[in-house]
Amino acid sequence: MYATHYHRASSVQDALSLKSAAEDSRYLSGGMTLIATMKQRLAAPTDLVDLRHVEAMKGVTVAGRTVRIGAGTTHYDVASSAALAGVCPAICALASHIGDPHVRHMGTIGGSIANNDPAADYPSALLALDAVIVTDRREIGAADFFTGLFETALVEDEIVTAVTFEAPEKAGYAKFPNPASRYAMTGVFVTKGAGGVRVAVTGAGSDGVFRHAGLEQALSARWSPDAVAGVAVDPSNLMADLHASADYRANLVKVMTKRAVAAA
Amino acid sequence: MGVEGIGARVARKEDKRFLTGKGRYTDDMTVPGMKYAFFVRSAYAHARILSIDTAAAEAMPGIIAVLGGKQLQADGIGNLICGWMIHSKDGSPMKMGAWRPLAHETVRYVGDAIAIVVADSLSEARDAAEAVVVEYEVLSAVTQASLALADGQPQIHPEAANNIIFDWQLGDGDATDAALARAAHVTEMKIVNNRLSPNPMEPRATLGIYDDAEDHYTCYTTSQNPHVARLVMSAFYNVAPENKLRVIAPDVGGGFGSKIYIYPEEIVCLWASKKTGVPVKWTSDRTEAFLTDAHGRDHETTVKMAFDADHRIIGLKVDTIANIGAYMSLFSSATPTYLYATLLSGQYDIPAIHANVRAVYTNTAPVDAYRGAGRPEATYVMERTIETAARELGVSPVELRRKNFIRSFPHQTPVIMNYDAGDFDASLDAALAASDYAGFPARKAAAAARGMKRGIGMSCYIEACGIAPSAAVGSLGAGVGLWESAEVRVNAVGTIEVLTGSHSHGQGHETTFAQLIADRFGVPMDNVNIVHGDTDKVQMGMGTYGSRSGAVGMSAIVKALDKVEAKAKKIAAHLMEADESDIVIENGELKVAGTDKTLPWFQVALAAYTAHNLPSGMEPGLKETAFYDPSNFTFPAGCYICEVEVDPETGKTQIVQFVAADDFGNIINPMIVEGQVHGGIAQGIGQALLEAVHYDPANGQLITASYMDYAMPRADDLPSFQLSHQTTPCPSNPLGIKGCGEAGAIGSPPALINAITDAIGNNDLSMPATPQKVWLAANVAH
Ligand SMILES: Cc1cc2nc3c(=O)[nH]c(=O)nc-3n(C[C@H](O)[C@H](O)[C@H](O)COP(=O)(O)OP(=O)(O)OC[C@H]3O[C@@H](n4cnc5c(N)ncnc54)[C@H](O)[C@@H]3O)c2cc1C
Repeated sequence: MYATHYHRASSVQDALSLKSAAEDSRYLSGGMTLIATMKQRLAAPTDLVDLRHVEAMKGVTVAGRTVRIGAGTTHYDVASSAALAGVCPAICALASHIGDPHVRHMGTIGGSIANNDPAADYPSALLALDAVIVTDRREIGAADFFTGLFETALVEDEIVTAVTFEAPEKAGYAKFPNPASRYAMTGVFVTKGAGGVRVAVTGAGSDGVFRHAGLEQALSARWSPDAVAGVAVDPSNLMADLHASADYRANLVKVMTKRAVAAA
Repeated sequence: MGVEGIGARVARKEDKRFLTGKGRYTDDMTVPGMKYAFFVRSAYAHARILSIDTAAAEAMPGIIAVLGGKQLQADGIGNLICGWMIHSKDGSPMKMGAWRPLAHETVRYVGDAIAIVVADSLSEARDAAEAVVVEYEVLSAVTQASLALADGQPQIHPEAANNIIFDWQLGDGDATDAALARAAHVTEMKIVNNRLSPNPMEPRATLGIYDDAEDHYTCYTTSQNPHVARLVMSAFYNVAPENKLRVIAPDVGGGFGSKIYIYPEEIVCLWASKKTGVPVKWTSDRTEAFLTDAHGRDHETTVKMAFDADHRIIGLKVDTIANIGAYMSLFSSATPTYLYATLLSGQYDIPAIHANVRAVYTNTAPVDAYRGAGRPEATYVMERTIETAARELGVSPVELRRKNFIRSFPHQTPVIMNYDAGDFDASLDAALAASDYAGFPARKAAAAARGMKRGIGMSCYIEACGIAPSAAVGSLGAGVGLWESAEVRVNAVGTIEVLTGSHSHGQGHETTFAQLIADRFGVPMDNVNIVHGDTDKVQMGMGTYGSRSGAVGMSAIVKALDKVEAKAKKIAAHLMEADESDIVIENGELKVAGTDKTLPWFQVALAAYTAHNLPSGMEPGLKETAFYDPSNFTFPAGCYICEVEVDPETGKTQIVQFVAADDFGNIINPMIVEGQVHGGIAQGIGQALLEAVHYDPANGQLITASYMDYAMPRADDLPSFQLSHQTTPCPSNPLGIKGCGEAGAIGSPPALINAITDAIGNNDLSMPATPQKVWLAANVAH
């Protein structure tokens, strides 16, 4: 790791001003991605602005079926929130399978979606839940937020402060982990609610998280695990790497969708 | 057996310090004035070095020196060598190219060391290493052995035409060909044994200290064999003569073979310490470990197994191409030859065997022994092939194996080994019973009803441990003898120190060795200390690998104990005015048999040191040394049965049952043995299901350079293992021990692959059986 300056922000405003005062700065949440990248010398910010002590960015609140998760909420706190489990257990289950206990106690939902790793779990949930990403300056719909591999709609200095969504009638997540990293080699989050059926896929798309129209149509017609049987998943826009070809991922998209529906 | 004696499940003495973070590893060592090293390494798999510019790096803050290969060579430091000579079948010696500790002419794999940067801090060293400018002329690279030996491929060392180091054979080619010609059935397979990264929990590290006033060097290092390290660094690398070089291997966090060898870093840090006048410490990071620790396996094999009409194996022909990597590591030539082809008879009576092995240079990290070393490769070839033969012949894999078992001992195989004892039926029977083999069809049907494909597979392995009779290995090309040494020092108060040439890096010697002494003299284990890992403390020894520390290391201790006991009895007889032959040792006392005369152990020890009243002519003291040279290898063997369920939709394999029935001869501490078997099976399952080193064939870059891409087995990949032991004591050593450290890694891969291929009904499956591969294989089946 190259030498860097550490700043602890006490509020969102404080974070914004610390960040803009520094030369080449980055926000730091759980550090589970950023610190590892810095240790490998692949990132070298001159300054780090730590968001972990901004109280307003932490915690889960559930009002009726309206959910708000502070950006600084750890995966562990999402996984173990009883209120959240009452309305949307699928997102708790998702959080409980991210990384290992160390990662879950440090990593945050805000850090995860700001990073938008194409194999991360949360992006599929937020897209399928039609969540709204709240920042220090605006609200961004999930469909507009995730723009590509490690790319988001966030502008320089913009801070994710929370995510909100209406808990749907049904939601389910199924993940096929990469045997080495245990990130999603393919993960599918399905929801059924007032807005219809949504199927969001992570770990597989060559442009990052995406919704699958064919699967959504099939499940809208009949909400049942076997409804996906006849759907064709086109491998041409899917990732291929050491661990999984595009064809194999196309198969996993279907199988994980089926299992997510079964779990919902 | 007492509570602490041979056969007792004693908890490991060393675990308190390991589990509470109080272990002392090489990286924990700090000495005054110590500085930090970082190595500049090749970014290319194959390139000529045009220039190395260190000026900018040297000007950076905190930099003490940036040193390269030219200076090293000018100071007379030698090249790294392979210590086992293999001759090709045409009689020519192996073609060994130069491995310079720091390359200055050509780099041959990604990670090849080029320069050392020594600085006040690690990050300054690393910063400066990034500022060293190396100008390369990039050459094309080749990473796969069977490609590298073809015409027109990059030539990696001028000495080795077509990159072939040796083309070696063992066994009788004519007799084997004749058997194949007259066979009623021949099973032929192409088998790849995947390349593995050793991944010990503690990465390699070294601390080189040169003392100018004494003209003396100290090397702390992560070694499985500190005396061998000192020997080669003195005799071949000219670092320092043995009397001026102390090598200390303190607590070492796992080795699995990868810490047998001497690497460039130890040599360079010692040399750099003298050059700079400061102690120099280097600790590998995990990426460097993936890049530079000696890898394991990487064989491509064609095998033909010939059967007569009665399904007896009448011949076996094996042709193997072994990837040696860019340089010949210390024992790299032995692993695919004498540790491999000599085990190709398996548990079977095979009249004719012929093996041909070509060892090939490639632009990859050096390949050498890794847990099992040659024997997992041989076992995989044998046990995949016999299972396949059973499927082709339409007979039970159990009965086909049984029909061909060796049942009388000693048994001379056609490939050197003379099996001294074993009972292969006993392990097979135990495994069949433990796995409820007969109940499998019902379990398969129940799984099918749940949409899962269930399969069962077995492996009957034999391996050779207790390496090794020195004259025998010498005649086969070994540059060293493979005996072991021990010194037993009884102190004046009766406590005991045992200095052993074995080295413990996870094996629990401090416990098992102490149990042996406790058992012999009836003293509490707490009164016994095991000392190892320091060339200044311990007499020359050969170290730990090849599951040798029980069979060879403890046998040396037994020999020393015999001498101590004989002397103690003489003293006791003298003091109690009895005949020496009437003295017995029981519960920490020396007694005159049939009388009530006794002397506590400590009084005899005290008498030896006060020397007030010793038998006339006897030297004072109670301390004896022994060197034990084994008369034969030992032959652990067993049967593993694995049951899996494959999810046909995803190709994911779940191991639902794993039974291991092993014959390790006599067992000192069953708990430690079980731990060794658990770890070995975990590594074997890792190889079969998860682990593989991948290089980009286009440019030789290592793709699996982190745990993001290199899949290590985790607890939830593994079932609970069901273990049992069948015992035929080893007749070749005093304790009847065979060795248990590698068996799990040797026996398990074929059992698992046989089970998966049984489940999916397609035999065409290579390791690691990743979900994707299994899914593909399951879906092309039928
Ligand atoms: C061993 C391991 C296993 C893992 N396994 C998984 C897995 O299975 N699934 C999975 O989804 N993830 C996994 N992760 C990633 C983990 O979920 C991380 O927590 C996540 O990727 C980043 O979150 P963080 O809070 O640690 O962010 P950081 O690492 O602190 O930051 C990540 C990036 O986001 C930016 N950032 C952080 N917070 C904000 C904010 N509030 N507003 C704007 N920008 C911000 C930072 O500047 C940085 O660029 C794993 C990580 C590790 C180390």
